[in-house]
Amino acid sequence: MAEVMRSETLNISNNTSSLASPELLHVLAVDDSIVDRKFIERLLRVSSCKVTVVDSATRALQYLGLDGDNNSVGFEDLKINLIMTDYSMPGMTGYELLKKIKESSAFREIPVVIMSSENILPRIDRCLEEGAEDFLLKPVKLADVKRLRDSLLKAEERVFKNIMHKRELEANDIFSQLKRAKI
Amino acid sequence: MQRQVALIKQSLFDQGYLDEQFIELEELQDDANPNFVEEVATLYFKDSARLISNIEQALERGSFDFNRLDNYMHQFKGSSTSIGASKVKTECTMFREYCRVGNAEGFLTIPYLRRVQMFEDFQATEERARNVEKEA
Repeated sequence: MAEVMRSETLNISNNTSSLASPELLHVLAVDDSIVDRKFIERLLRVSSCKVTVVDSATRALQYLGLDGDNNSVGFEDLKINLIMTDYSMPGMTGYELLKKIKESSAFREIPVVIMSSENILPRIDRCLEEGAEDFLLKPVKLADVKRLRDSLLKAEERVFKNIMHKRELEANDIFSQLKRAKI
Repeated sequence: MQRQVALIKQSLFDQGYLDEQFIELEELQDDANPNFVEEVATLYFKDSARLISNIEQALERGSFDFNRLDNYMHQFKGSSTSIGASKVKTECTMFREYCRVGNAEGFLTIPYLRRVQMFEDFQATEERARNVEKEA
C-alpha cells in the first residue's frame, strides 16, 4: 500500500490566504496632504506593512479598478488587506470612498479606516454606520497602526487555520478513499 | 555644534514651537532611514510655502473668500499638526476662527510666516550640524 500512496498525486484544493505575502499586510493609504502621505507611509513601513499611497479617492478607485473604466478583470490578483483614508479631501471625501468600497462586491470585505484631524462625533458615527472598521484622530500614532495590524493579522491567522484544517480533512478523505480502493 | 543644535531644539520645545509629535517623527527615524525627519520637514516647508502663497494671493484680491481661506488654513493646520509645529497649528486655528466670523483684519495680524521661518531656520542649522559631523 505504501507504493500506491507514493505514486499518487494528492489533489487538494488550493485556497490561498488573502495576505499579499506570508507575513505582509498590504495597505492602501489615501490622503491629499503630501506631509501626511509621507508620515502614514513611514508608520506603515515601520509596522512591516507593504504600502501603496495615493493622493485622492479617485486615484484609489482607479487603483482598485472601481472607477468604471475597468471591470474587475485583471484586478483579481490585487490583494489589499486594509484601506486607510483621510476624511476631508477635495473632490471625493473619504466617506464617499468608504461608501463606494462597501458597495463593491470585490472589495466590500476589506476593512476601511478613516483618519481625520477633526473630532466630530456625528462624523465618526456616520463613518462607523457606513461600515468603517475604525476612525483614527490625526496625527495617527504608531500604536494605532500596530494595533490595527495585529488585529488584522489575527483575523488572517484564523482564516489560514480554517484553510489548513479544511486541507487536513480533504487529505484524510482522499487517504480513506485510496485505502478502500486498494482492496 | 551638536550642543548648539540641541539647545536650539530644547528652546523650541520650551517655547511651544514644537510639540511631542516632532518627537514621534524622530522616533520613526532609524539607521536605515536616517533622513526621514529632514525629508518630512522639507515637504512641509514646500507645502507651507504653497499654502501661504495661496493665502496671500487670496488676501491681496481684497474680496475675502472665507471658504477658500478656511480651506487653505485647514490644510496648513493639518500638515503643521503632523509635523509638530505647535504654534503654527494654534495660529491656524485662530485664523480659521477669524474666517468663521468674517473678521478680515484679524488675520493680517497673525505672524504665522515668522513661525514657519523659525522652524525652517532650525532645520537648516541641524543640517549644517550634521554636515559638520560628517566631515569630522
